[in-house]
Amino acid sequence: MRENNKNQMRKKKNSKGRLYFLILVVLLYLVLIQFFPNKSMVVLKFFIKLLLRLIPIFIFVYAIMLLIYYFINKEFLRKYMGEESGLKGWLIAIIAGIISTGPMYVWYPLMKELRKNGVKDRYLATFLYNRGIKPAWLPLLIFYFGWFYSLTLLTVMAVLSILQGLMTERIIKVMK
Amino acid sequence: MKPKTIERIKEANRKSLKGLAEMIPMLTGVLLLISMFDVLVPKEAYIHLFSGNYITDPLVGALLGSVLAGNPVTSYILGKGFLIKGISLVAVTAFIAAWTTVGLLIYPVESAMLGKKFAIARNVSAFIISIIVAIITVAIIRIF
Repeated sequence: MRENNKNQMRKKKNSKGRLYFLILVVLLYLVLIQFFPNKSMVVLKFFIKLLLRLIPIFIFVYAIMLLIYYFINKEFLRKYMGEESGLKGWLIAIIAGIISTGPMYVWYPLMKELRKNGVKDRYLATFLYNRGIKPAWLPLLIFYFGWFYSLTLLTVMAVLSILQGLMTERIIKVMK
Repeated sequence: MKPKTIERIKEANRKSLKGLAEMIPMLTGVLLLISMFDVLVPKEAYIHLFSGNYITDPLVGALLGSVLAGNPVTSYILGKGFLIKGISLVAVTAFIAAWTTVGLLIYPVESAMLGKKFAIARNVSAFIISIIVAIITVAIIRIF
């Protein structure tokens, strides 16, 4: 009961914090309009462009969340990305991170739900690190830096993402 | 369709929408912040942060990559520009690796969604790993 109340209070505080953050940024933007009216229009256009670009990615993330909620249960997630998952868990986190599209933050709601269902923080961190490996942009990376550099960089990133997952979990433990 | 299936779809739909809606205010603020940063800070200014030092430049590269956000292609273009201007490959690699893996500007969203401890731990470890990635990548390239 007490734990429930605590959780509800934390949720309320969090949602207020989110709103205050938005208000603060909007105020900052209003200051910008006052001092740099020309730049503020460019900022607004850039912001709208960013938002529009995110819509299809949000739809994609929504579809994946829907499928996960419908088909995958806690036992499945605990088995494959829980405490005892081992190599399977790392491979799933790395491959899922590489093939997922869009910016990192659109995946946070899904990460939150996965964690609630028993997925360990190390796999979430590894998934998020592998978001840095973008197969779609590989031709451009090769164009600018050459194929040997590009493939080496991406391979090293994928391998070290395991270390990053472990490190994240270790730091969280130390912080506790 | 069975009523139980419809019920499960409805529940999955409700949870998915709730999860996404939760981050909207924070995300809107962060996107506006990113837009202001991108437009107001000239990209040519970044080069002046590097000193040419082989030890501090990778740190600067990783820090710069951590603060900036956006399409990874921008980091490739900027990185190539840095390389042409004589910045070390380790620093440029740390910059590219940190660009897509560390998110200081999006920290408020990550912290609100996944918890403060997770957000701090993940960003700190991603920052350190980005520098290690850069050192190992360049070492492999030099060997072969």
